[in-house]
Amino acid sequence: MTAHPNPSTVRYSGVAIFLHWLLALAIVVLFGVGWYMTSLGFSPLRLKLYNWHKWAGVAFFALSALRLLWRLAHRPPALPARMLQAMPSWQQRAHHGVHHALYLLFFAVPLLGWAYSSAAGVPVVFLGLLPLPDLLAADKVLADVIKPWHALAAYTLGALILLHVAAALKHHWVDADGLLVRMLPGRG
Amino acid sequence: MQNFKKMAFLLPALWLSTGVWAQQKLLPQGSEMLFVSKQMGVPVEGRFQKFDAQLRFDPQRPEASQVRLTVDMASATLGVKEVDAELPKPVWFGVAKFPQASFESTAIQRVKPGQYEVKGKLSIKGATQELTVPVTFSQADASTTAVGSFVIKRLSFKIGDNEWADTSMVADEVQVKFKLNLSGMPKI
Repeated sequence: MTAHPNPSTVRYSGVAIFLHWLLALAIVVLFGVGWYMTSLGFSPLRLKLYNWHKWAGVAFFALSALRLLWRLAHRPPALPARMLQAMPSWQQRAHHGVHHALYLLFFAVPLLGWAYSSAAGVPVVFLGLLPLPDLLAADKVLADVIKPWHALAAYTLGALILLHVAAALKHHWVDADGLLVRMLPGRG
Repeated sequence: MQNFKKMAFLLPALWLSTGVWAQQKLLPQGSEMLFVSKQMGVPVEGRFQKFDAQLRFDPQRPEASQVRLTVDMASATLGVKEVDAELPKPVWFGVAKFPQASFESTAIQRVKPGQYEVKGKLSIKGATQELTVPVTFSQADASTTAVGSFVIKRLSFKIGDNEWADTSMVADEVQVKFKLNLSGMPKI
């Protein structure tokens, strides 16, 4: 028993765990609303959902910046040495690569959405109160160019998250190595 | 002799500039008619692409002057295809029944040089309201530009009623901004 690394000693910090799950939920909601709203015809509901999607996207962007700063100031726990030894090098590279790509997309997806809105000539007004600066000047042609990239980046983020979840569940159920506990809320 | 020559040259010009109303015209080139509404706090600019004016403007006798403006409501655009398809519908402008909006002056007053207050009747979608519009003139070479803006309450004209009547979605106040490029105007 004592040879087993105690998960409580290698857990992520409380702030990291909180932001991880809050932003995970935000991504699911943002993705779902984004997917649904684009299918709607001209209606008050469509207008409402577009604005909520933008507001949530702005909050997501800001919290992701906070999360990145927190992560830079509080290094996440390294993988247990035993686990690292068992991982082929491609897996180690994939492990880091996916995390880097996730963080990149946490910023790229909302920025592309914001840029699209600016280019389309619709400024983003956070909560309907705080006007944000336009990232680009209004340009319909450019807006049409950016639009599919916002969607493509979001789908890529979704795909990487599925991979991330699959890997975490594999560790939990197949390897039964307690790795997932590091990111679970509650007392370790 | 010199003076006489000058007079002979000036007289017809004087007559042309004050007497012939038919010379006063709105030039579509360089003129614009914009409307700015707020959707969930986001200012959205639209424009009318077709409008005309009948002018009998005498800066020396503003009280005897008259202005009539007509706007082709079917020419409204927000620059977004899906939205433009909605504007002519009965819930918004009801273009089939009310193809034109108009403004007819009832009294024009000079405030100070180049600045006038135009009182008149604004008719949109079958409803008529009294309105006072401050207008500023500027002249360069042969061209005269008149600019001004005013605010209307869209619901008092039943613009966007029923499911769109919620002013937290689309604000009641709509700002109308115009720039009229006029030809044949006397010196103001």
